Amino acid sequence: MSGNRFFAKGTRAWQGFALAVLLCLFVGRFGFAQATGEVPQARPVGDPAIEARALKLGHELRCLVCQNQSIAESNAELAHDLMNQVREQLAAGKSEEEVRAYLVARYGDFVLYQPPLKASTVALWVGPFVLVLAGVLALWRALRRRAREGTPTLSADEAARAEALLRGTNEGERS
Amino acid sequence: MKLKYLIPFVIFVALVALFAYAFRLDPREVPSPLIGKPAPAFALPRVDSPETLAGPADLRGQPWLLNVWATWCVACREEHAMLVRLAREAGVPIVGLDYKEIRGDAELDASRLSPQEEREAALLRARTWLTQRGDPYRFAVLDLDGRVAIDYGVYGVPETFLIDAGGIIRYKHIGPIDERAWREELQPRWAALGGGKP
Amino acid sequence: MIPEMGQFALALAWALALVQAVLGLAGAARGSAGAMAAARRAALAQCAALVLAYACLTASFLRIDFSVLLVAANSSTRTPWFYRLTGVWGNHEGSMLLWALSLSLWQAAVAAFSRSLTESFRARVLGVLGAVSVGFLAFLVLTSNPFERLVPMPAEGRDLNPMLQDPGMIIHPPLLYMGYVGMAVAFAFAIAALLSGRMDAAWARWSRPWTLVAWVFLTLGILVGSAWAYYELGWGGWWFWDPVENASLMPWLLGTALLHSLIVTEKRGAFRSWTVLLAIGAFSLSLLGTFLVRSGVITSVHAFASDPKRGVFILGLLALTVGVSLLLFAWRAPRLSGGGAFAPVSREGSLLVNNVLMASAAGAVLLGTIYPMVIDALHAGKISVGPPYFETVFVPLMVPAVVLMALAPFLRWKRDALARVLRRVWPELIGALLIAALGVWAMNHVTFGAFLGIALTAWVVLASLRLLVDRLRQGGAVGLAARLRGIPGSWWGMWLSHLGVGVFILGVTLVGALEQRLDVKMMPGEAAELAGYRFVLRGVSEVPGPNYTAQRGELEVWREGRMLTVLAPEKRAYFRSAMPMTESAIDWGVFRDVYVSLGDPTGDGGWVVLLFYKPFISWIWFGAIAIAVGGLAAALDRRYRRLARRMASVPLPEALPEPAAEAVR
Repeated sequence: MSGNRFFAKGTRAWQGFALAVLLCLFVGRFGFAQATGEVPQARPVGDPAIEARALKLGHELRCLVCQNQSIAESNAELAHDLMNQVREQLAAGKSEEEVRAYLVARYGDFVLYQPPLKASTVALWVGPFVLVLAGVLALWRALRRRAREGTPTLSADEAARAEALLRGTNEGERS
Repeated sequence: MKLKYLIPFVIFVALVALFAYAFRLDPREVPSPLIGKPAPAFALPRVDSPETLAGPADLRGQPWLLNVWATWCVACREEHAMLVRLAREAGVPIVGLDYKEIRGDAELDASRLSPQEEREAALLRARTWLTQRGDPYRFAVLDLDGRVAIDYGVYGVPETFLIDAGGIIRYKHIGPIDERAWREELQPRWAALGGGKP
Repeated sequence: MIPEMGQFALALAWALALVQAVLGLAGAARGSAGAMAAARRAALAQCAALVLAYACLTASFLRIDFSVLLVAANSSTRTPWFYRLTGVWGNHEGSMLLWALSLSLWQAAVAAFSRSLTESFRARVLGVLGAVSVGFLAFLVLTSNPFERLVPMPAEGRDLNPMLQDPGMIIHPPLLYMGYVGMAVAFAFAIAALLSGRMDAAWARWSRPWTLVAWVFLTLGILVGSAWAYYELGWGGWWFWDPVENASLMPWLLGTALLHSLIVTEKRGAFRSWTVLLAIGAFSLSLLGTFLVRSGVITSVHAFASDPKRGVFILGLLALTVGVSLLLFAWRAPRLSGGGAFAPVSREGSLLVNNVLMASAAGAVLLGTIYPMVIDALHAGKISVGPPYFETVFVPLMVPAVVLMALAPFLRWKRDALARVLRRVWPELIGALLIAALGVWAMNHVTFGAFLGIALTAWVVLASLRLLVDRLRQGGAVGLAARLRGIPGSWWGMWLSHLGVGVFILGVTLVGALEQRLDVKMMPGEAAELAGYRFVLRGVSEVPGPNYTAQRGELEVWREGRMLTVLAPEKRAYFRSAMPMTESAIDWGVFRDVYVSLGDPTGDGGWVVLLFYKPFISWIWFGAIAIAVGGLAAALDRRYRRLARRMASVPLPEALPEPAAEAVR
C-alpha cells in the first residue's frame, strides 16, 4: 500500500500550501524590474499612465469605419484620430465618463461596446439572468413532478435481461 | 400536442422573421445623435481666402447644406457635379468642409510636412479641384486635422448635413448625393424648412 | 478539364445525397433492407464525389489556373503553395465546399463505423444527414459554384486576403468546420430518434461518442482560432466576442450541455426530450453561425466572405432544416417523458443544473450577438454589444458552473445530501480560498477578479486531486497500477477536461491581472525595459517576401544580463492590399510570453514599438488542449463500443436500472 501513504489524510493541507508557494514563486519571479544600463533609453509614447488609461478606454469604444473593432485595435485613420482625442482629453484631466459622453454626443450609443442601460436595452441586460432563473425554476418543477410520479418499475423479465446486460459490461464503472 | 413543446419552434420563427427583416437594414449606417441639436460652431480658414475664418454663423437665417468632402475621396467626384447643379439650378446654399485634405490621403505621408507646408498643399489641391470641376460652395473651409468633422460625428466622406435657418441640424445624409437621394431624402426636407423661396 | 470534372463531381454528390436521403428515410420506414444498404453505399459514394470535387478545386489552385474565377480572386502567381492550398477555403464558395466535404466525411464515418447501430436506425441517421447535405449542396450548386470560369483569363490573380496568410489559418477552418458540422451527427441521431420513437439509454450511448468527437474538433478549432487572433492581430488579445467567434462559442456551449445531459439520459432514461432539444439546438446554432457569417446581416472582422444575396438562400435553408426539426420535436417529444426518478441534490441533478447554466450562457451570447439587429429592426437606434457586455453577463453564469463542475463528481447518483458532500470537501474549499488570498497578496494585485479566478482554479485543481485520490483508495487489495488501469476512459476524460477548465481559468486570470504593455518610440540602438526584460532595437530593414515587402525589426531580448533571443516583428505591405499587416514576434514560454510588434515609423528613423509581457497566456491554450484531450479520452472509452455492440443485439428495457457497482460507494 505504499501508493496510498502519499495520499494520507494529513497531507492534504500541505498539498494546498505547496501549491500556493509554487504559485507565488512563479509570480514573484516576474515582479521586479532591473536597473537600467549604459544603452540609451527609448522614450515611451506619451505618458505611460495616460496611455494605459487611453488604451483601456479605447478597447471599449467601437471604431465606426471598421468591420467590428475597437478604436484601440483598429488601424483606420478615424480610429487613430479618435484615440488621439481620447488621449488628449484624458491628459487634460477629463474622466473616462466625460470622454465617453463626448464621443456619444457625436456618434451616438453605437460607439459604446458596453451599451448603456436604457428602456431599449433592459432585455439585453436582464435577459441572461431571467433565462437562468426560468431554467432553474423549470428544472425544479420537473424534478418535483418526477419525484411525485415515482420510478417506473421493471417487469421481472426486463430486470433479468438488464441485469445480464450490466454484469457483462459495467465492471469498470464505479463513478 | 402539448403547447410547451412548441415554445422552441415559436422562438425560432421569431428569430427567422427578425433575420429576414434584417436584410433590409444596413449594419454600417449609423444615425447621427446630432439631429435636432445646434450645428457645432467652428471657425476655419476659407479656401478662397485663408486669412478669413468662416463658420456656421455666416449662414444664419436660411436652410443650408454642410457638405464634407476631400479631393482624395473617390465618391466625392461623382457627387460634385450634382452639387454644382444644386447650387446653380436650385440655388441651394452649400458650405464645403474639406476633410483632412492632406492627412486623409492614403498616398501621401503628411508626417514629413510642416504645418505651413500642409496648409499650402491643401489650398492648392482644393483650389485646383474647384476650378476644374466648378465651385458649388458659398464658401469652402479647410479642416486639416479633422477635428471639426469629429464634432459633427463624421465617419466617412462624403457626408452632408441639412441645417435650418436657426442653425439646428435637421438631417444627415451618408454617402454621395445623387439624383435619387436629393429628390427623395433631401429636397423635401429642404423645401419644408423654407428652402428655395426667395 | 479539371474544374469541369470538379463541377460534375459536385453535381453527382448532390444527386447521391438525394438518393441517400430518400432511400435512408423511406427504407427505414418500410423496413426495406435493400434500400437501407443502398443508402449506406450512397453516403460513401457521396463522400468520394465530394473528395474528388475538393481535390479538383485544390488542383486548380495549385496549378494557378486563373481561368477559374475563384483561383484568380484568391491567389496570385506569387502566393506560396501552402497559401494557395488554404486559399481554397479563404473565400465564400470554397469554404462552403469545405463545409459540404466535412459533412460528407461525417456521413461516411457513420456509414462505416456504426456497425453496432440497428440497420434501420443507421438508415434514418444517414437519411437525415443526406437531407441536410442535399440542402447545402443545392446552395453550392445553385448560388455559389466554386468552379465558375473566368473569361478572359487574367495574367495575374488578386492574391489571398493577407489576414489569412498565416500558418494558423491552415488548420483552423478544417478543425472548426469538422466541429460545426459534426454537430449534425448528434442532430441526425436526435431526429432519427424522434422519427423512430426509439429513444432510450442505448440511443444516448450511441450518440455520445459522436457528439464527443465533434465537440473535440470544435474545441480545437476555437483554440486555434483564438491563438491565431493572439499573434496575428498585433496586440495580444485572444478573444474579442466578435459575432463570428460567438457563432462558434454558442454550439460549443450547447454541445457541452448536450454531453452532460446525455449522461442523465443514458443513466436514468430521463429528460430525453430535453436532450433531443439540445442536440437540435447545437446544430441549429452551427447553422445560425454559418448564416450570420455568410449573409452580411452582421458586421464582423472575420466576415471574409459575406454576401447578402446568398444570405436569403441560407436563411431559407436554416428555416427549413430547423423549423421542420422543431415541429417534429413538438409533435413527437411529448411521448418521451418518463425515466427514473432522482432527487434535486444528486449527480443527475447537478448535471442538469450544468445544462441550465450552459444553455443560459449560450442564450446570453445569442442575445448579445443579435440584439443590435433587434434594436435596429425596431427602429430604436443603433447600438453595439461588445466585450464589456459579454464579460459582465458571462462570468456570473460561469462561476457557479465551475464551482459545481468540481463538486458534482463527489455527489452520489439518485439522491445525496449537500451537507454530506460539503463535509467531505470542505478542506479543499477552504484551501482554495486561502490560496486565492495568498495569491493576490503575492502578486500584489488585490482585485476581486483575480481572487475569484485563482480561487476557482485552486478549487478545481484541489477537488480534482481529491477525486483521483478517493478513486484510487477504492478498489481493495489490487496494486496502484492496476487501480489506475481500472479507471475507465470516460472517467479520465471527465477528470482531465474539468482540470483543463481550471488551468484555462488560471491563464485567463493571470494574463488579465499581470500583463504589461509599453509603447515606445525606439531609434536603432536604443533600449526599453518592461517587466524585468530589456529590449534593444538593432534596427529595422526592408525584407522582400514572396508576395509582400516587409519592414522587419530586430529586437534583442535581455534578462539579467543575458541575451535570451532576438525577435523579428514585421510590418508587411502585401502587393494585393493597401492595408499594412502586422506580424508580431513572440518568445513563447510556459510561464510567460514576450510579445513585440511594430507600430508606425516616427519619421526620423525611429519606430513605435509595442512591447508586451504576457504571463501565463499559454495556460489558456494548455487548458483548452486538456479539455479537448479529455473529450477524446471519453470518446475512445472502450465501454461505448462494447456496450453498444451488446445493446444492438439485446432488446432493451425502457430505462436502465442502477448499475450494481455504483451502490457500493
